[in-house]
Amino acid sequence: MEVIKKIRTRRGANLNIKGKAEKILNKSTSATTFALRPDDFFGTTPKLLCKEGDQVKAGTPIFFSKKNPDIKFVSPVSGTVTAIERGPKRKIERICIEASKTQKSNSHTVKDWEKKDREQLKALLMESGNWPFIHQRPYGIMADPQDTPKAIFVNTVKTSPLSEEFHYLLKDDSKEFQLGIDLLNKLVDQPVFLGVDADEVGYFKTIEGVQHYIVQGPHPAGNLSLHIQNIAPLNMGERIWTVNPEDVANLGRFISTGIFSAQRTIAVSGNAVDHPIYFRTLIGSALAPFLEKVGLKQDHVRVINGDILTGSQAHFSDYLGYFNNLVSVIPEGNNYRMFGWLPFKDNNILSLSNTSFSRLFNRKGFEVDTNLNGEERALVVTGEMEKIFPMEIYPMQLIKACMIEDIEKMEALGIYEVVPEDFGLVDYSNTSKLEAQEIIRKGIELMINEVG
Amino acid sequence: MNFLRKSLDNLKKPFGKGQKFEKFAPAINAFDTFLFVPNHTTKKGAHIRDAVDLKRTMVTVIIALLPALIYGIYNTGYQYYIQTNEPFTFLDAFIHGSWKIVPMIIVSYVVGLTIEFGFAVYRGHEVNEGYLVTGLLIPMIMPVDIPLWMVGISTAFAVLVAKEAFGGTGMNILNPALTARAFAFFAYPTYMSGNKVWVSEAGNVDAISGETILGSLAAGGDVNYSMMEMFQGSIPGSIAETSTLWVAVGALILILTGVGSWRIITGGILGAAVMGVLFNLWGANELMSFSWMNHLVVGGFAFGIVFMATDPVSAAQTTKGKWIYGFLVGVFCIMIRVFNPAYPEGVMLAILLMNVFAPTIDHYVVNGNIKKRKKRWATASQELKTA
Repeated sequence: MEVIKKIRTRRGANLNIKGKAEKILNKSTSATTFALRPDDFFGTTPKLLCKEGDQVKAGTPIFFSKKNPDIKFVSPVSGTVTAIERGPKRKIERICIEASKTQKSNSHTVKDWEKKDREQLKALLMESGNWPFIHQRPYGIMADPQDTPKAIFVNTVKTSPLSEEFHYLLKDDSKEFQLGIDLLNKLVDQPVFLGVDADEVGYFKTIEGVQHYIVQGPHPAGNLSLHIQNIAPLNMGERIWTVNPEDVANLGRFISTGIFSAQRTIAVSGNAVDHPIYFRTLIGSALAPFLEKVGLKQDHVRVINGDILTGSQAHFSDYLGYFNNLVSVIPEGNNYRMFGWLPFKDNNILSLSNTSFSRLFNRKGFEVDTNLNGEERALVVTGEMEKIFPMEIYPMQLIKACMIEDIEKMEALGIYEVVPEDFGLVDYSNTSKLEAQEIIRKGIELMINEVG
Repeated sequence: MNFLRKSLDNLKKPFGKGQKFEKFAPAINAFDTFLFVPNHTTKKGAHIRDAVDLKRTMVTVIIALLPALIYGIYNTGYQYYIQTNEPFTFLDAFIHGSWKIVPMIIVSYVVGLTIEFGFAVYRGHEVNEGYLVTGLLIPMIMPVDIPLWMVGISTAFAVLVAKEAFGGTGMNILNPALTARAFAFFAYPTYMSGNKVWVSEAGNVDAISGETILGSLAAGGDVNYSMMEMFQGSIPGSIAETSTLWVAVGALILILTGVGSWRIITGGILGAAVMGVLFNLWGANELMSFSWMNHLVVGGFAFGIVFMATDPVSAAQTTKGKWIYGFLVGVFCIMIRVFNPAYPEGVMLAILLMNVFAPTIDHYVVNGNIKKRKKRWATASQELKTA
C-alpha cells in the first residue's frame, strides 16, 4: 500500500461508551416490512412513481427527484406498497413496502460496462437507483450528475462513539468493493481516495487503483471533512463526491450482476442493549426484529438511526435509515438530579470538562442517557469547541455567522468545508447546550437556497 | 428528595404553560434548577450531553474566589486591629471583616439579581448564572468603607448599562464587575481613592492611616512592607485583592478545571513582567524603579488578571487572541501605574481598555484564517484558467 498522506490529529475526544457491538454477524434474522424515507436525501423533493397496493420488484423505481427526473429511487425488496404516509402539507414521510415470500428483481444490462463512457455510466446508475449512493461536498447532499468532481473519497475509518467497523462488516465483500472502486474511478479524473485506519487489519490496504491515506486520532478524526481539508481542500465552486464503504460494495455487486443491491450490514449497539451484535439486512428494513433479537435492558429507551452524536431519532417500530450502518439504543434520561451543578458531583456522567472526575473513575466505559444535563444558556465559555475541533476552521465564529445568516461570512469562514456531523462533538460538549448541528444544518440549507 | 420534588412540582403548577403566572416562569425556574438539574432530554442534535453546564462552570469560579474572599475578610479586621493597637485574635479580625463585608455582598446580590430576574421575565428567557460570579466580584474589589448605597448604585449601573443594554449575558463588551468599580471610581472618587479608604474605619478613627503601596509610591513615598507581606496580602487595599497567595490558589483551581484561560493569565503575567523590567531599566522615578517582581504581587494586578481578565465573554475568544489580549492587559496595567499618578492602580483600566479591543484582536486573528482560505480559492481558480 502506498500512502499519499497521513492525517494525524490530537484535537478531539473518544467517548468511551458501553455497548459496542460484538463481532458476531447474524444473517438469519430478517424483517418483512421496509420503508423509504425521502428525508434521508436532504434537499430532494420526491415525485411518486407508485401508489398504495402496487406490486413492486426489488429495483423497481418508487419515486424520482423533482430536480432531476432521471434520478430514480428504487425499492430494496419485491412486494406490495402498503402505505404512503404523509405529514403536514402532504409532504411524503414514508413509503412502506411489505416484502413478498419470493423475491424478484429488476435487471439491467451491465455487459462490457468498462467500455461505456462516463455519461452512459451515469445514466445507468441513475436509472438503476444507484445514484443516491453518491454524495457531494459541499453540503453533504446527493451528488448532481451534471458535475465532474475534483475527487471521490471513500472513507473506511469511523471514530464516532460505538461505531461500526467496516473491515468487519464488509469482510466477505472484497471482490465487490474492488469492483465498486473501479466503477467510481470511471467517473473521475484521478483515482479514488481511500481512507484507512492507521492499524487497519482488513483488505482495504490491498485495494488497487486508489490513493490510500491513513487516519489517526480521536473523534472526529474519522470525519471526511477533515480528510478532504487535508488532502483536497474544497474551494468555491468545486465539488467532491463521497461514497460510503458498504455502498461501494453495493455498486460493485450491481455492476457485476445488473441487479440493484440494497445490502445493509448494521451494528445494533448502545448501553441499553443486552447483546450488541451485527446483522445483515436490506436498506430501509424494520428495526423491530433486530431490536427484539439483541434484547433491551429497559423499556424507556431511545432508538437512534446512526450514532449517538449525529443520528436521527427513531422508535421501536421505525425503519432503518438509507445510509446508516449503526443503530444505537440508549436509555432516556428524563429524571431530576439534586444539586447536579456542584463541580465533581455525579462523576458517573461522561464529561470532557475538568469540573468532573468522570474520566478518572470510569475507565471501563460509561452508561449514558439522553438527559440534557442542564439548560440552554447564552454562549459564555470560549475555547472549548476549538479543543475538540481538528479542522482549520473557527467553529464558534462559523456558528455565529450561521445564526445571523451572513452568507458572505459563512463562505469566508468555511461553510463549504463542513457538514452538520462535524459539529456532533460540539453539541455534546458545549457548556451552553448549544444546538450546533441544527444551526449548521440551517446554514447549509440557506446556502443551497441562496447560492446553490 | 421525592417529597421535595413533588412539592416543587405542585408549587410550579400556576407557572406552567397557559396558566396564570406563566410570565414569571423564569423566576421560579431559577430556584427550581438551583435545587435540581431538570429532567429535560435532548430533542435534536447530539443525543447525549456533557455533565457540565453554565451553573457548574460559574459555581467553579465562585469556589475559586472563596480563598481570596475569606482572606480578604480576615485582612480587613487585621488591618483595623494592628493600626488601632488593640489586641485581637483571628476570630476577632474575621468577625470585624464579616460585619463590614457580608452586607456589601448581600446588597450586590439583591440589587443585581432583582434586575436580572426582571429582565429574564421581561425578555422571556431563563435567568443566566453569570451574575452569581459578578455579584460576588463587585464587593470583593471595592474599598471596605464604601457606603452600601454606593455599592447598590454601582451594581445597578453595571448590570443595566454594561450588561442588559447589550442584550444580557454573553453579549456584553465590558466586564460588568469592573464596570461597577469604574463607575464608583469616577462617581465617588473620595470614597474610592486616597489614603483614608483602604483600611476599615480609617475615616473615623484618627489612629488609622492606611495607604496602599502603589498610592504611597505615586506620592513619592517609601514602601514599608516586605515582598513576603505583599505576597501574603497583609497590606491595605481593596477587600479581596491584596493576597497574591490566595489569588494564586484560585488561579490554580480555575486552570486545573479548565474554567479560566491559562493563556490569558500567563500572557498577562508575561506582559506585566516585560513592562516592569523595561521600566526598571529606565528607572526615572519611584514607581519605575519599583522592582518588576513586586509589581506582580502588589495591588490588584493578580486578582484582575486571574478573575477579571479571564471573563470569557469580555475577553478575546480565539486561542491566539487570548495570548495577545492577556499580554496587553499586563503591559497596560504596569504602564498606567507608572505613567499616571492619578490612577496608581492600573489593572482596572487596563482590563476595561482591552475588553474594548478584544473583538478587534479576534477580528484580525480570524481574518488570518479567512485570508488563507481566500488565497487558496484564488490560486485554485488561477490553475483552472491556465489548465
